[in-house]
Amino acid sequence: MPLFREGGPAGLVVDDPWLRLADDAAVPADGMVLVSFGRWRAARAALLARRGPVGVALANTDPVEALGPDVSRFDLVVLHFPKFSDGRAYSQARLLRGRLGYQGELRATGGVLQDQIPFMLRCGFDSFESDQKGFGEALAKARTLFSVVYQPTEDGRAPASVLRQRVTEVVPVR
Amino acid sequence: MPDTHFHRPQHFYKYDDYDRTLVAERVEQFRDQVRRRLAGELTEEQFKPLRLTNGLYLQLHAYMLRIAIPYGTLSARQLRQLADISRKYDRGYGHFTTRQNLQLNWIKLEDAPDALAALAEVDMHALQTSGNCIRNVTADHFAGAAADEIEDPRIWAEIVRQWSTLHPEFTFLPRKFKIAITGSPNDRAAVRVHDIGLRLWRNAEGEVGFEVIVGGGLGRTPMIGKTLREFLPKKDLLAYLEATLRVYNRYGRRDNLYKARIKILVHEVGVEKMRADVEAEFAATRDGLLGLSDETIEAIARQFAPPDLPARPDRVGAVERLKLEDRDFALWLKSNVAPHRASGYAIVTASLKPAGAPPGDASAVQMEGLADIAESFSQAELRVSHEQNIVLPHVAVEDLPAVYRALGQLGFAEANVGKITDIIACPGLDYCALANARSIPVAQRISRHFASLARQHDIGDLKIKISGCINACGHHHVGHIGILGVDKNGVELYQISLGGDVDFGNTALGTILGPAVTADRVVEAVDSLVATYLDLRAAGERFVETFRRIGAEPFKDRMYAAL
Repeated sequence: MPLFREGGPAGLVVDDPWLRLADDAAVPADGMVLVSFGRWRAARAALLARRGPVGVALANTDPVEALGPDVSRFDLVVLHFPKFSDGRAYSQARLLRGRLGYQGELRATGGVLQDQIPFMLRCGFDSFESDQKGFGEALAKARTLFSVVYQPTEDGRAPASVLRQRVTEVVPVR
Repeated sequence: MPDTHFHRPQHFYKYDDYDRTLVAERVEQFRDQVRRRLAGELTEEQFKPLRLTNGLYLQLHAYMLRIAIPYGTLSARQLRQLADISRKYDRGYGHFTTRQNLQLNWIKLEDAPDALAALAEVDMHALQTSGNCIRNVTADHFAGAAADEIEDPRIWAEIVRQWSTLHPEFTFLPRKFKIAITGSPNDRAAVRVHDIGLRLWRNAEGEVGFEVIVGGGLGRTPMIGKTLREFLPKKDLLAYLEATLRVYNRYGRRDNLYKARIKILVHEVGVEKMRADVEAEFAATRDGLLGLSDETIEAIARQFAPPDLPARPDRVGAVERLKLEDRDFALWLKSNVAPHRASGYAIVTASLKPAGAPPGDASAVQMEGLADIAESFSQAELRVSHEQNIVLPHVAVEDLPAVYRALGQLGFAEANVGKITDIIACPGLDYCALANARSIPVAQRISRHFASLARQHDIGDLKIKISGCINACGHHHVGHIGILGVDKNGVELYQISLGGDVDFGNTALGTILGPAVTADRVVEAVDSLVATYLDLRAAGERFVETFRRIGAEPFKDRMYAAL
């Protein structure tokens, strides 16, 4: 599946350096491995003992709070959209970024379509697997699609309610 | 458009450049989405949630555009533009809905972006009037004018409107999510039958806050909402809503469309567990960025500052004389005119239910007529009520005869507000792809049968609500008389229930009387129910009160005997 990264080369697919490990596959001693949430819970000590970076992939029903003490140990968290219309992972993303303070790569997989990008960016996603035509171009423009937002979220953009209080701020011209 | 329309002072929220920019950018985004759909780059499945969150529904015969009228408040200028849009992009009429929206039933997909751009010209949109997101927020249609009001609920509805607009976390919820707000002890916003209902009240310390009610709703599984939080400080409103929506987004069912509303989640986990989850989430976010500062609240509240209404006489000779001369006017004063908090003023409800007409419809000419009346007599402001009528919120008592005459010329001066012909009906099988049966023709027949105003006023307050299918857009569960269209082997039948109510403190779901009746017997059935009431009522007792006292049996026995 083509992978795109926010801030990556405009419109272009990037390489995926991560090895996605099946739950019954042996864990290589080094290299970047991505494991399921279940495997992380079962083999946490062994995974931390190895040399390479580790990432975790969550189902949208997995309790993201359980990663709390460990978030700084991950370089990648993958959240899944079984269908584009199933929005549970938006909440998981915001909890990871906002509540748990996760700083690494946050990737969306599954039903990932270009019209969701503005919402995903606002919830803290920064990489995307999508085979939709035009996805990369849309990603490059997604940050500028809406110059005004109403909600404070983990992307740190100042919502309109805050801008209105800053009288010195230049108001965008219609 | 003459310049004067632009410079009328507006006594509700005015868009600033931030709001305008966002709505304009959204129109352009949708224009591109429509282009991609027409070019075949988007499948209908992919396009559907995009068009729905922009108000575009696919109906039985055509696309329908559902225009948001946040908290039901409109300026005369906006109503003129709606008339214009209905003429240019539709068939010259529109339908006001139970969610204070306006529906245009014959929109072409390729015209939709232009129609939305025309809405944006008058600071309006069709955002989130459909789809599995937080829908357009509704509020008491008498807000800012009612004599019984504690605080204007529209201040909070506007704060919620902004917070919920393009909310990145809550655009793909399990199902739609409706929020209603009332600022009066007399609930005119039906807060116990919404996903979240907010009721402003003053506690023993004299502080005003919200009772938060969750999990009410009609539809297939009607439920009365339960109190999640007895008293929520106002500054915490958004943090608490976000906590509730997050719990719903994560744990609401997605395996079955009919079990996906928050009411099912609350029902299945129980209100105590729901409360514990929401409070835990709220505890983690309450001190965050969503806290509302006094300045933010004040800045929005200022925009809802009531109009400056110069003192006018309370008792006017001309009004008293006309009351004696014109019996219909006297009845109209009783049913369609409500007390205003400013002395010498009144709140007038224009009935969009003239005898035999489809409830809630208005032609472009009628919309313009209403805009004229609002400009001359009501501070250029109007409201859409969830009972599908139009409210003129600030009318001087001495202008009542002139307003009555002007409304009469539009056909909107029927003295029937709250009476048996003030029927709520969904669009039904005449328009809707979901319906099992027609609603509008049934409403029209009942309306013609009970056309006599004297008889209607003798019958008194009686709410008939008609839905064409179990999705209950016509709110039949909470009708004093509820009528539900069902389909049995291709025949349209109507199930009749009694005793539903949305009044606060008395909210109740109706009791189904028995087997459904055929379309041609609905009028007789209603007539029999009314006759039973008239025979058995105690002095001063309303229909629904008689029902509560004597139960369904006497009504039922006589009704089925009459059919």
